[in-house]
Amino acid sequence: MLDSKIPEGLLADKWNNYKAKAKLVNPANRKKLHVIVVGTGLAGASCAASLAEQGYNVQSFCFQDSARRAHSVAAQGGVNAAKNYKNDGDSIFRMFYDTIKGGDFRSREANVYRLAECSASLIDQSVAQGVPFAREYGGYLNNRSFGGVQVSRTFYARGQTGQQLLLGAYQSLLRQVNTGKVTMHTRHEMLELVLVDGKAKGIIARNLETGALERHAADVVVLATGGYGKVYYLSTLAMGCNSSAIWRAHKKGAYMAGVSWIQFHPTCLPQHGENQSKLTLMSESLRNDGRIWVPKKVGDDRKPNSIPEEERDYYLERRYPAFGNLAPRDISSRAAKERIDAGYGAGPMKNAVYLDFSDAIAAQGKKNIEAKYSNLFAMYEKINGIDAYKEPMLISPAAHFTMGGLWVDYELMTTIPGLFALGEANFSDHGANRLGANSLLQACVDGYYIAPYTIPNYLAGELKTPKISTDHPAFAEAEKSVREQLNRFLESKGTLSADYFHKTIGRLLYEKCGLSRTKENLKEAILDIQSLKASFEKDLLITGDDTLNSELEKAGRIADYIELAELMCHDALQREESCGAHFREEYQTSDGEAVRNDSDFCYVSAWEWKGKKQSPKLHKEQLTFKSVELAVRSYK
Amino acid sequence: MKLYLKIWRQLNTSSKGEMVDYEIDGVTEHMSFLEMLDLLNESLVQLHERVIEFDHDCREGICGQCGIMINGRAHGPLKHTTTCQLHMRSFKDGDTIYIEPFRATAFPVLRDLKIDRTAFDAIIASGGYIGASTGQAPEANSIPISYETVEASFDAAACIGCGACVATCKNSSAALFVGAKITHLALLPQGKIEASKRVLTMVNQMDMEGFGSCTNTEACEAECPQGISVLSIAKMNYEYNKALIFKK
Repeated sequence: MLDSKIPEGLLADKWNNYKAKAKLVNPANRKKLHVIVVGTGLAGASCAASLAEQGYNVQSFCFQDSARRAHSVAAQGGVNAAKNYKNDGDSIFRMFYDTIKGGDFRSREANVYRLAECSASLIDQSVAQGVPFAREYGGYLNNRSFGGVQVSRTFYARGQTGQQLLLGAYQSLLRQVNTGKVTMHTRHEMLELVLVDGKAKGIIARNLETGALERHAADVVVLATGGYGKVYYLSTLAMGCNSSAIWRAHKKGAYMAGVSWIQFHPTCLPQHGENQSKLTLMSESLRNDGRIWVPKKVGDDRKPNSIPEEERDYYLERRYPAFGNLAPRDISSRAAKERIDAGYGAGPMKNAVYLDFSDAIAAQGKKNIEAKYSNLFAMYEKINGIDAYKEPMLISPAAHFTMGGLWVDYELMTTIPGLFALGEANFSDHGANRLGANSLLQACVDGYYIAPYTIPNYLAGELKTPKISTDHPAFAEAEKSVREQLNRFLESKGTLSADYFHKTIGRLLYEKCGLSRTKENLKEAILDIQSLKASFEKDLLITGDDTLNSELEKAGRIADYIELAELMCHDALQREESCGAHFREEYQTSDGEAVRNDSDFCYVSAWEWKGKKQSPKLHKEQLTFKSVELAVRSYK
Repeated sequence: MKLYLKIWRQLNTSSKGEMVDYEIDGVTEHMSFLEMLDLLNESLVQLHERVIEFDHDCREGICGQCGIMINGRAHGPLKHTTTCQLHMRSFKDGDTIYIEPFRATAFPVLRDLKIDRTAFDAIIASGGYIGASTGQAPEANSIPISYETVEASFDAAACIGCGACVATCKNSSAALFVGAKITHLALLPQGKIEASKRVLTMVNQMDMEGFGSCTNTEACEAECPQGISVLSIAKMNYEYNKALIFKK
């Protein structure tokens, strides 16, 4: 049975009760303990810095050329915190409730409450690190509103909040590099997890500059490797974002949960052609001032500015008057898809909707809009050559955030003892849909506030475990399997490039396991993926050698994506309800709203890998709600 | 459109590199510059050739990992634009494009267009932070900071660490990169306490990494994707001299 290890006590006391009882390691013993942290985004950098400050020896890994480039850097809009600076009715409970409702009641109460509880201190700490959050003229911190909530609790640094928070974490990390408590391994990719007596004891990493395989041993391994939205190829993620670390851990015994819960961000730039590599995100904060609409007439080819007001359909305001343009992401994305599929799409490929600032500019003046969003408007113009101060933006939904990930308990430990998963790499806090500005928060809270208690609690029990050397047979065996896979790729002289397979799996998922799903499509998708996998094994063409070789890197990531895609479809197929980002067409009301099934599906699906030839095995973690009532999630 | 490319190929740091000619057809104006290179690499794979290695990641102008000299200009012809945000509408059919890595002694070439920028990390590690340990801090609003101060600090903090300033400087100076970090932290009340120590160690580290001196040509500001002002170099010099005078 899956034990989520929720502490005793009232919801509001659980985290304090945990901290009061968590085991500690004395400072002299901390020097003897080694920690591996894979990933240097907000979760990884903050965890590595915090543990190093406590006195543990930390090895930090990232595939980028510097820790500062991890994809947290690209988050634009903001970070939520229940500070109630605006005196508009916010509280920890309110934030907890918004998050659990936003997640469509598919997350753990205790985890979500803890997230809200730790949020306020994160702002304090970031300010101490020098994060230049937006201020009011009186010198106090400013806030804005985000989708799915009715208070203003989002802190922001122009449209570059992720960058500024990450630089804070990165600088804290490098400060520890300077003290010698952290060893950085940039341009390194984890390719295997090493288990000794069932516990995580190290990794095999490939040095991407030289191609050398390296063995690294530790007393605990932390994966903070981000999400896998890039499985869709066209997404808001960075090109290098991948699932390999968590997927390889999954194949070693860590369960994956909520695998098919993928958030499609409603405000991204639409696809324009076949060679496109990226769907750039435009911060959701734009929805504070922009109004979303499509023409009322199917196939209206007029320029947006020449379509009169009465011929525009502000469909979010029409369908969800209480939240309007700030409806949560899953609902906004699905509503956009509904209009586009029905033939009302705008733009040259009819695959977009308008995000219009003309009313906001008229009411507030261009200057004020510039102050809030100038970098986003500039980015829009760079990519499309269109001035969005004069003409509405074209936007459409794109794969963005993975609510799913490695299953973790309350301590953020996976089903493998000694293997922790932080940030987007785990499944824990967002349920079936994440609210805007909660992802930076979760990554930071996991790394700064939770792991620094739960990892020492685990390590306290490891002091007496004999040290494992990298000469241990488990390391040799893990390295051998990595070597064999790399050799297979290098010998693969078919006709199709790694990118071909990535684009194909992405297209397939968008069609059959994307914004909306059906039983029939998912069944087909599983067969399609299996045949794609067979083709990958014989038709892949890899050039170059086993040194610095980006094609070889891609091959490993895509092999993992193909297997992951199959699990996503199994997960989506098994869950016969619509919840959050998971919309099964069979389960909807007559006006197209999701129908959740609490009597049969009020659980987290955690999947166990059973080998290449067998179907994955489902384990259930029942979700019980004591502090909130399960309600239909209405934003009308 | 059809383009003629001259691309720097180099096997590793110690080998000799050279410009190699390529032709590419079927490029559209909506493609990004890096998507054009993707297309070229796809054709090289089909020819069983080794692909052109280049750095890139977020492709939305913020991670700072991409950076190529395009026709002799860092990140290409547009102002305030990273390589990944440059689109092919900036070129026309039949153009010849010279594509080279960012060059500086402190940025050795790893392969083709990929360079090693760990010198930047070493400078930050030497002191580019506020020494606040994680986990605890006073209430955020207990330190009011004026709107203007925070905005000015942000302008400097926006640096993405791509190295275009170094690549474009005839002296390969990192003054803009270092000045930006000094300015970001020195302007904030939280950062003032360590300002003197910070500027001395960072400037020292910058020299040790092999970057050249600043001779105020201001080319860095012109090529900076974030438009970081050269006034941050002046701020660095001011902080540096102040620190030297009051050094105990």
